[in-house]
Amino acid sequence: MNNGANVAAASGPTAAVALAGVDITFRLAGGGTYAAVQNASLDVADGEFVAIVGPTGCGKSTLLNVTAGLFPPSKGTVGIFGAPLDGLNRQSGYLFQSDSLFPWKTALDNVAIGLETAGTPRDEALARAQEWLARVGLGSFGPRFPHMLSGGQRKRVGLAQVLIRDPKILLMDEPFGPLDAQTRQIMGNLLLELWSAERKAVMFVTHDLEEAIALSDRVVIMSAGPAARIIGDWRVTLSRPRDIAEIKSDPAFHQLHRDIWQTLKAEVMKGYAQTGG
Amino acid sequence: MSKVALLSLQLIVAVVSLGAWYVLTTVPIGGTTLLPPFFFSNPVDVAARVVKWFADGTIWKHLWITLIEAMLAFVIGSVGGVLVGFWFAQQPRVAAVFDPYVKMINALPRVVLAPIFTLWFGLGIWSKVALGVTLVFFIVFFNVYQGVKEVSPTVLANARMLGMNDRQLMRHVYWPSALSWMFSSLHTSVGFAVVGAVVGEYLGSAAGLGYLIQQAEGVFDVAGVFAGMFVLAAFVIAIDWVVTLVENRLLVWRPVAAETRT
Repeated sequence: MNNGANVAAASGPTAAVALAGVDITFRLAGGGTYAAVQNASLDVADGEFVAIVGPTGCGKSTLLNVTAGLFPPSKGTVGIFGAPLDGLNRQSGYLFQSDSLFPWKTALDNVAIGLETAGTPRDEALARAQEWLARVGLGSFGPRFPHMLSGGQRKRVGLAQVLIRDPKILLMDEPFGPLDAQTRQIMGNLLLELWSAERKAVMFVTHDLEEAIALSDRVVIMSAGPAARIIGDWRVTLSRPRDIAEIKSDPAFHQLHRDIWQTLKAEVMKGYAQTGG
Repeated sequence: MSKVALLSLQLIVAVVSLGAWYVLTTVPIGGTTLLPPFFFSNPVDVAARVVKWFADGTIWKHLWITLIEAMLAFVIGSVGGVLVGFWFAQQPRVAAVFDPYVKMINALPRVVLAPIFTLWFGLGIWSKVALGVTLVFFIVFFNVYQGVKEVSPTVLANARMLGMNDRQLMRHVYWPSALSWMFSSLHTSVGFAVVGAVVGEYLGSAAGLGYLIQQAEGVFDVAGVFAGMFVLAAFVIAIDWVVTLVENRLLVWRPVAAETRT
């Protein structure tokens, strides 16, 4: 059993993401402060798929937002490929939990926009967007507007929108959270397929431990908030390529799930006790 | 209900109303006509008046004047509303300072401004345009302000992560969002532009549909008043139809209420 808080991951300056001693504190509207995350240190190697699991409201998304550079940490440092992060993290792509497509753009334009902002001529951007739509299985859905697509299809467009920019780091905040179980599985497999073609560093936030183990190389557990900390770090040695549905019947998967769940369960209970949920 | 059935029912409403109007104003019932023709005219006279206006061509000048006034009011009011709406939404401090004054002016019944505008801009079209602008401006302004404010934070964060700079954010996020709000109020703002033009004409002018109605009223020519009203109604319906066409084209990305998908 590997319950050490420190798996010697790809540390050092070459790590794709290096969070060191990160505190995130919010000022509350009525005065006072709320410590969301405390002393979080995490290294993600280039090409490594790390899942971050924790109870609801534990600050997982906050940690992701800081890595994306959407706001700076209150204390500690964020290193991206060895350089300290200043402002937005230009090397990362972010797949959000809630709908983030531009409702006034067609699926094709939604995917192309990430290239257009970088100055790619529109014709070329559209041609490459069409390729990406085909890669996520929506080749014929280009002219549709987001409201004409199902939840799963919108996530596919979102994935293409992010990946077309070829970010070195992929940040995902419970991206498949709103989807039904079957669609989640299909999306998980699609994600793994795309990721194995071009390995990027992935930080995948979820509250679903099974999903985390099935997808990732490493599972990081966060404690219940406030002042959430990283309390566990497991390496997932299951072989790749994986099929999300099949891997769940692997005995090694079950063993790992039991191990991690022992740690996670206590935190989930604490989380429930605090939110009264 | 099928389209044909609906249309026939709509026609029946028109025929019955016109028929009742005709009978009550021309056929004596129990010795008296219930609606004295002096006050209510009758449909035949009114129709004859409308036909005469179109036949001798006098109506076109008035229609044209009213249309020009309404269009100018709409364009100037919209441009002003969009600019100020964007400005206020981007500068919360400016918005906070001007807030009570905006509310105050908006609460003012705009008709009372008409005499001032007549003094300032004369009896020509510009005093009517000014009145329409004060009506259109606030509708567009409030909607654009709301549209910029209500952009989903996730969409905004996504736009930034996709590498948009301030100019691109404006073009690809704030602008479409503000426009969608503005277009959703297009019927109202175009309607108010026409109201501004006609009311302005009614209160003092030398041409336009409002002038036509006011002149007829001045000589107790009830048929002329009704004829003016019918022409105005048809004019507004025609404009509304054009607005619907424009709207369907511009807001193609918006979900239609009847269309539910999961």
